[in-house]
Amino acid sequence: MTALLAYTIFGLVTGGAYAVVAGGLVLTYSTSKVFNVGHGAIGMVMAFLYWELAENRGLPQWLALLLVVGVCAPLFGLVVERFIMRRLAGAPVGITLVAGVGVLVGLIGVAQVVWPPQARPVRPFLDQLGVHIGQSFVSGHDLVTLVCAVLVAGGLYVVLNRTRTGLAMRACVDAPELASLYGTRPARLSALSWAIGSALAALGGILLTPVVQLDYVTMTLLVITAYTAALVGRLRSLPWTFAGALGLGLVQSYAVAYLPSSPFWISFRAAIPALLLFVVLLAMPQSPLRIGGVRGTRGLAVPNGLTTGVGAGLFLGVVAVLALLVDSVVAGQLALALVFGIVLLSMVLLTGYGGVVSLGQFTFVGVGAVTVARLGSPSPLTLLVGAGVAAVVGALIALTALRVSGLYLALATLGFAQLMDKLVLQSPIAFGVRGSLQVPRLVESATGQLLLAAGTFTLVGIGVLAIRRGRLGRRMIAVKDSSAACATLGLNVRWIRVWVFSLSAAIAGLAGGLFAQLRETVAASDFQLFNNLPLLLFAVIAGVTSVSGALLGGVLLMLLPVLQSGFPAFAGVAVVLLGVAAAGLARDPNGLVSWGFRAWSWRRA
Amino acid sequence: MSTLRVEGVTVRFGEVTAVDDVTLTVEPGVTGLIGPNGAGKTTLFDVISGLRKPTAGRVVLDDLDITAKGPHQRSRLGVARTFQRLEVFGSLTVWENVVVALESRRRSVKLADELLGRVGIADFAGNQADTVPTGAARLLELARALATDPSLLLLDEPSSGLDRAETDAFGELLRQLSAEGRSVVLVEHDMDLVMGYCDRVHVLNLGRLLVSGTPDAVRAHEGVREAYLG
Repeated sequence: MTALLAYTIFGLVTGGAYAVVAGGLVLTYSTSKVFNVGHGAIGMVMAFLYWELAENRGLPQWLALLLVVGVCAPLFGLVVERFIMRRLAGAPVGITLVAGVGVLVGLIGVAQVVWPPQARPVRPFLDQLGVHIGQSFVSGHDLVTLVCAVLVAGGLYVVLNRTRTGLAMRACVDAPELASLYGTRPARLSALSWAIGSALAALGGILLTPVVQLDYVTMTLLVITAYTAALVGRLRSLPWTFAGALGLGLVQSYAVAYLPSSPFWISFRAAIPALLLFVVLLAMPQSPLRIGGVRGTRGLAVPNGLTTGVGAGLFLGVVAVLALLVDSVVAGQLALALVFGIVLLSMVLLTGYGGVVSLGQFTFVGVGAVTVARLGSPSPLTLLVGAGVAAVVGALIALTALRVSGLYLALATLGFAQLMDKLVLQSPIAFGVRGSLQVPRLVESATGQLLLAAGTFTLVGIGVLAIRRGRLGRRMIAVKDSSAACATLGLNVRWIRVWVFSLSAAIAGLAGGLFAQLRETVAASDFQLFNNLPLLLFAVIAGVTSVSGALLGGVLLMLLPVLQSGFPAFAGVAVVLLGVAAAGLARDPNGLVSWGFRAWSWRRA
Repeated sequence: MSTLRVEGVTVRFGEVTAVDDVTLTVEPGVTGLIGPNGAGKTTLFDVISGLRKPTAGRVVLDDLDITAKGPHQRSRLGVARTFQRLEVFGSLTVWENVVVALESRRRSVKLADELLGRVGIADFAGNQADTVPTGAARLLELARALATDPSLLLLDEPSSGLDRAETDAFGELLRQLSAEGRSVVLVEHDMDLVMGYCDRVHVLNLGRLLVSGTPDAVRAHEGVREAYLG
């Protein structure tokens, strides 16, 4: 009984901190219709800043808290709103998501440059205080967290329901143009909500530091828990969001208390937020086929068969010449770039043509890699088996997740990625107890690897373009533009989506197999959840609608770690720039390569 | 040649009843479905084409209850429609739009040019669909619906965006479609078109069926005038 009480209190405290974070997320979403994937990253950076002030510079805790939550975080929220999010008002979900990912990756870059990795203990608040309830001890920090959660809940409720500003905020969501006719200023209200939202992210982050430690990625991805809570409230209802957050905190706490502590159950506990995210999504009503407001997208011109053939020939020729010129280290790196290029081709199919934003595409690369590594000696056949396993996993996830669409679907893919991460890729099931596997190479020499990767990239690229020109390509795009019209023309929209998802997963799985045998040693650390986010970012920056975009993106993805090991500070700056570029480029999914094409056609004209 | 029966269909959105216990029959030929804005015409089309589940009631096509069937299944039974708010595939060309529909029903792609010519937009074949004028986009939706070779064709305000000459040509096309044995339902605000080409007219007002009858009978009906003039 005592234990139950203690775990209940602990669960409520964690849940309270989640509630603070999730409340901020719901506030910004419901007033600006931009779902901020970078919400947790804001909390992370602000928690680091708090450490800097309170621990490193020795400011009193209360002053540091006030400065960070009351001044820095709101200012940062204003900047993000003014320079990134306001320009995205009314943009499709995919675009706002990518902008959020840009903010996220950029902030992680900033944090890594300003605060290089080291242990950073943070003192809890009021650590000399604390009360005994029965036999369980509630620390001062716990009390502060609970009080904050109650204050935030009450404060948000009062602001939204009892003030003119709150009424105007709620009006702006539904019809900003209409609300502005009545004298409110949507831009100012959106700015206000971003300021408050960032402050709440900061407060939640700081409250959680004694529990989760200061870390760039863990804290950033902790918001998946906040997403889950926010989804309980359908991204609208604050009371439900708070209830969801408290429920999550309790479930996690009870899981620690009452689930067995074997390795499987330990990874299972970590997967609970993702599992619950799925449960919440599945409990949502099937999203109706959207009617009205169709807007086409301008893709790059699709090359015909002849142009494709000439392009492929040229590409292979250039690679062959490079293979003769460069040493084996560079050849290996180029091969890696092409393998990443194949991963990005899978996103051209899914995101560029199909319009589905996946935040979990790298997971399929992991599935392919593990399959090939487990099968032992790689052959073209094992590579295909890897692709096949990824395709099956992709189809399964599609069948579950495709009930929902748009933002919810993207979040479901992220939840799926976290689930796979905790239960499979980071557990001994995938890479064994040592966390790594040896894979013999299909061809030994680096030059051979380069040619293998180039050949596969060419084949997959030709395949993707053939799909685009053919029946499936037309159907994918038709489903993206108007699923309602597709259905009334006799197309089974659901199966087309499952098919595309599965095909795209197969391509990613194939790339995973190539990656495994190229690297010779693959480890759990190669397939961390976080890797999914730069992947989407590079895909969009380079151009997610074309094969040449995938090629450029692959090269950039290969260069990033090279930069990071050679010039860490510069790499941090590069990541920040990437984040900014993504936020800016998000409106043009044709990406950097389209500029090249435009320059080319201008020169010829 | 299809007969459609809508039996006691009700659609509620929360507190609002958009369609209130409507029962009507669509016989072969051209049937008009008219009423002031908000009468529930488009909602009824959504129910018939399967995009929206009714709160109550049944939809019966040639004695087959299709209420539980999805939109793509209904399409295969011969139901096709166009949309009041355009639903063209904007990223594809006009020609590709029609091809998607032809392929869906395993019909020859070669028919696309013929269909575009038939509705009078052959000149736009190579244009991206969201760049063509509204009138042409509406005709594209018609060509795309015809590509599925429907026996029941639901047209939601097809003539808005067309000029007088185009509207007359469209009226002739309606006659041909009817002569081919297709049942056509027309939601339309152009009363000349409705009165000139429909064999039968149903009038909806505030979600309820006000009157059904020949164009002349409907024109003479006292309640119809009141409904329109408020």
